[in-house]
Amino acid sequence: MKLFKNLLGSVKPHFEKGGKLEKLYPAYDAFETFLFVPDHTTHKGAHVRDAIDLKRTMFMVIVALIPCLLFGMWNVGYQYHLAIGETATLVDNFIFGFWKFLPLIIVSYAVGLAVEFAFAIYRGHSVNEGYLVTGLLIPLTMPIDVPLWMLAISVIFAVVIGKEVFGGTGMNILNPALTARAFLFFAYPIYMSGDKVWVHNAMVDGHSGSTILGELAASTNWQSLSFNPFDMMMGTIPGSVGETSFIAIMIGALILIATGIGSWRIILSTFVGGFVMAALFNMWGANELMATPAEIHLIIGSFAFGAVFMATDPVTGSQTNRGKYIYGFLIGVFAIVIRVFNPAYPEGMMLAILLMNIFAPLVDHYVIQGNIKRRFKRANA
Amino acid sequence: MSDKKEALFSKKNRKLLIDPLNDNNPVTTQVLGICSALAITVQLKPAIVMAISVLVVMSVANVVVSLMRNLIPSRIRIIVQLVVIAALVILVDQVLKAFVYDVSKELSVFVGLIITNCIIMGRLEAFALGNRPWKSFLDGLGNAFGYGWILIAVAFFRELLGAGTLFGYPVLEKMGLYEMGYENNGMMILPPMALITVGIIIWIQRMKNRDLIES
Repeated sequence: MKLFKNLLGSVKPHFEKGGKLEKLYPAYDAFETFLFVPDHTTHKGAHVRDAIDLKRTMFMVIVALIPCLLFGMWNVGYQYHLAIGETATLVDNFIFGFWKFLPLIIVSYAVGLAVEFAFAIYRGHSVNEGYLVTGLLIPLTMPIDVPLWMLAISVIFAVVIGKEVFGGTGMNILNPALTARAFLFFAYPIYMSGDKVWVHNAMVDGHSGSTILGELAASTNWQSLSFNPFDMMMGTIPGSVGETSFIAIMIGALILIATGIGSWRIILSTFVGGFVMAALFNMWGANELMATPAEIHLIIGSFAFGAVFMATDPVTGSQTNRGKYIYGFLIGVFAIVIRVFNPAYPEGMMLAILLMNIFAPLVDHYVIQGNIKRRFKRANA
Repeated sequence: MSDKKEALFSKKNRKLLIDPLNDNNPVTTQVLGICSALAITVQLKPAIVMAISVLVVMSVANVVVSLMRNLIPSRIRIIVQLVVIAALVILVDQVLKAFVYDVSKELSVFVGLIITNCIIMGRLEAFALGNRPWKSFLDGLGNAFGYGWILIAVAFFRELLGAGTLFGYPVLEKMGLYEMGYENNGMMILPPMALITVGIIIWIQRMKNRDLIES
């Protein structure tokens, strides 16, 4: 640690005003604040500086993602060995998945951070730490076999069009990780949907790895699926890398809620919304997706992953407490509606969150206006 | 009006022609005519045909309305302008049907919808009604070129990245990109990508010319 500090201290003069590499100061600043809690002090106005800054907030989200990450890696190996009919030990499965998944993480971070650094240097602001989380979320929402260059393009699209166009971290309207996924989903649907992409090498070997939603959309009764509810809870099912295990996601949710970083209001109301909508559809029951019990709906697909890690993004979600309830509830409702009515888009969750991202400022606006009105009334009464 | 005769391509007249190409572009600066930019830019060929059609309609309509500008009662000027545009659009439509039937079929309703292209109406209202025919002609030409090059630029990228072709010629296949694992980007064919492409052009334009950025 001391070594790093001395090293950083010794090169610092080059990057400060008047130094040779003044233009690259944002890059230097990014490394310094990443490694050490910055010693910046507030210069004007009354501010309270919290000991925990944005980089360390983001780091907690990474910690919360670790259960999903580890389980996802293991599941990649497990599904593959299951599909080719071999048995492998827990460690073998994990190591197999680790080597398959590692390139996705590396590409996601390398490309995304390169774009972030380029923009930071060009615009002269500090490098935004938001990408620390986005960079891990993006590969977690991908099928394991997604070609790396597609991943790279989607990352560039997400960071540039989803974020930098609006002014960088904190100004974006859409969740960047979901923007990347949505881009890939519409640009290269063959690689992002169907039953041939969720298990490693399925496209080449031809073994099928249909997802639960895919089977339901093909009018399989939920009771005769290839997976039972226990598999769905554990996550030993084909799917995007990070989304399969309900239990791993819930561990992440507990970490987020306990540290106060993820909003429990959004998580709770999303689940309530999804449950209510699915229960309503149960009464209707016109097709197999509608007839699937509400509690099963909540643990299949990426519903839980989206609710815990995507909907709770503090930038793109609602800011007011009441707004959070409305925002989350509608995400749950729309996710189920899209899932049930348009089986061609099996992942209603992605589209529902993106849709509500756009409406979040409007929800906040009306919540605040309502509050102002109520207070006026009280004051004038 | 000064008696001195102005040169055909005086500085002022050149400005009429050149301004709409960039700084006062009808699509990227005034954000007009967006619907057709979304609808017919999936491929280059229809986009070019569309650009030429609008060029003809806009320049001729500008001249015609400018010639009649002192005769048109201002109360009914909109309907007169519409009649002029509609007549020209029907002419263009017939010509397209006669000579490039397949493209005409592809453009389908959008040729007819040139009538409602707000750029044309806007130029008639804002320029042709108050200026002489030659100037109006240049103005129409300039704006049509400004509209056209955006259309063609958007269509170029959408066809190249969305279908891997240019004018239907499989450019990327000949370059051997598919063997390297390249895939066409299906998103480019969807309408939202046209909007995003126009947005990126606007972004680049404003990066080059900071005066365009509203405070």
